[in-house]
Amino acid sequence: MTKLRLMIAAILCAVAPVAAVMAQATATAPAPTREIVEAVVDSEMTIAVPPLATPQPMETAAGNTEMLGRQIAAIIASDLDGSSAFKPVGPSGLRAINMAEVTAPAFGEWAGKNAENLVHGFVRANNDATLTVGCYLYDVSLKSELVRQGFVVGPRDWRRAAHKCADAIYARLSGESPFFDSRIAYIAETGPKGNRVKRLAIMDSDGANHRFITNGQALALTPRFSPDYKSILYLSYLGNRPRIFIYDIAAGKQRLVTESVNQTFSPRWSPDGKSILYSMAIGGNTDIYRISANGGVPQQLTNGPGIETGGSYSPDGTKIVFESDRSGSQQIYVMNADGSSQQRISFGAGSHATPEWSPRGDLIAFTRIGGGQFRVGVFTPAGNSERLLTSNWQDEAPTWSPNGRVIQFFRTAQGSGKTGVWQVDVTGAKERKIATPVDGSDPSWGPLLP
Amino acid sequence: MAGKSQMLAAGLALIAITGCAPKQRLEDLPEPPRGSVNTQQSNLDANSPLPGSTADFLARVRSDRIYFDTDRSDIDGEDQAILASQAAWLQRFPNTRVTLEGHCDERGTRDYNIALGARRANAAKNFLAAQGVNPARVTTVSYGKERPEALGSDEESWARNRRAVTITLQ
Repeated sequence: MTKLRLMIAAILCAVAPVAAVMAQATATAPAPTREIVEAVVDSEMTIAVPPLATPQPMETAAGNTEMLGRQIAAIIASDLDGSSAFKPVGPSGLRAINMAEVTAPAFGEWAGKNAENLVHGFVRANNDATLTVGCYLYDVSLKSELVRQGFVVGPRDWRRAAHKCADAIYARLSGESPFFDSRIAYIAETGPKGNRVKRLAIMDSDGANHRFITNGQALALTPRFSPDYKSILYLSYLGNRPRIFIYDIAAGKQRLVTESVNQTFSPRWSPDGKSILYSMAIGGNTDIYRISANGGVPQQLTNGPGIETGGSYSPDGTKIVFESDRSGSQQIYVMNADGSSQQRISFGAGSHATPEWSPRGDLIAFTRIGGGQFRVGVFTPAGNSERLLTSNWQDEAPTWSPNGRVIQFFRTAQGSGKTGVWQVDVTGAKERKIATPVDGSDPSWGPLLP
Repeated sequence: MAGKSQMLAAGLALIAITGCAPKQRLEDLPEPPRGSVNTQQSNLDANSPLPGSTADFLARVRSDRIYFDTDRSDIDGEDQAILASQAAWLQRFPNTRVTLEGHCDERGTRDYNIALGARRANAAKNFLAAQGVNPARVTTVSYGKERPEALGSDEESWARNRRAVTITLQ
């Protein structure tokens, strides 16, 4: 344990959550520099996550409770590993705990393993076929309990209990809002480069519980989960007439958003789910329109000869960030939700495209094109403090976690054209591929589940 | 689009070496892969195609497609000759409708490429209309970067994929 960590632990005792302290330190710095990113990495907290206990091993529809205890611990550790603030250890290599330890940890033993924080818990099979998952977090050196929560879930939702436990731990230690218990809509890709089959698909934030939605007969692109997770807005080339549909997941049916002889694409929800932004090409000229999710008369928000497309609302719904090539190259602009006061905000090297406003409002993520690379970056809503988070041949289309601290995007391989969904922390750390059954692109992160 | 400056630089270098415009490199490119249309070979068919058919269109026009520079939708002299031959054929068969597909290379973001493909298809449509083809006979659709024809990640492949293709509907 470093001196810094001891100090943070002491402050934690006083009241303030650790990452809030770190965030303050970052905020007072003049600009985000490389040194600060490294400082955050240095202060990773080691969290021991041994297998969860069980009162007695029992077979359930989700599997044996002892096995579930190990699997849930693995999910918690994997979730926490996606954040630059944490360094989880276990469950492999750590001994299983017994039920008595859940509320009375062997602090001395865990301190000897250099664990600063400790996750304990249990899995219990209930008589009504549900599972109760207990979730505890302890500060090892202070010997104090930081989190105590229980989740009762149906056997099919056992992974959600793991995500909820990870969320409780993450929120307590970082001071940030939770985000693991959320879902992704994306495009599952198969087939040769010249004739890719692209299917609408959904999955948990970590790639689990994967499900195909469309059968691949029609090219599907750019999905967006509705804020209530009930439907998916996307572009379909059904009948070789590219148009925007809303797919109702429970009903398994879809309806057209707007009827037009012109090509419509690039659909986006407003934060309240009541409005839809889309792009329409008329006579080769693309502009952005807004329409009620229930239909009606569309309102044109941009005009002029350039390509105006994309579009992402600020969390309060008052502004829209979008891209336009009116300057001669793709750049990012902000306008009021009614289309007024359009102002360019990207002035760094290269082109800037696919802007997405963070759900917490402080940053805009984008694709930066230049130097032979497509990279994911962020800057403030005024276009300041531009930071590039990835470096690869073609990274594209960032989407924010519900708390605005993690970004998913897709990466296309040079040559083969194979794609994958990737994730990176907003500091640029913890870049990793999300496991999907087939290739994946166009990820769209939904809100925290209720 | 990414690498635009690099690609322009490559094009300029080519001009310096060969004295040709960048797009003339296309004539040196290998034949399209199997399954795609080749207008020259159609002329060699023993059975002459049914007048007004797709095969007839492909046999009689200079090409069914035109190519574009990176991030551009301009119709140059070569494109004009090709589109003029298409317009002449369409004048002979006034009941034939066509779809103009706009396509892009892979080095662009998805939505932008759909918009750029729409721009390209429409540029070709406008030229046909100026040649007297009723625009109501021409439908445009953009596939963006979704349907590349050349599968490499190199300048030659990208040049082949930046295209507008005229497809006759029977």
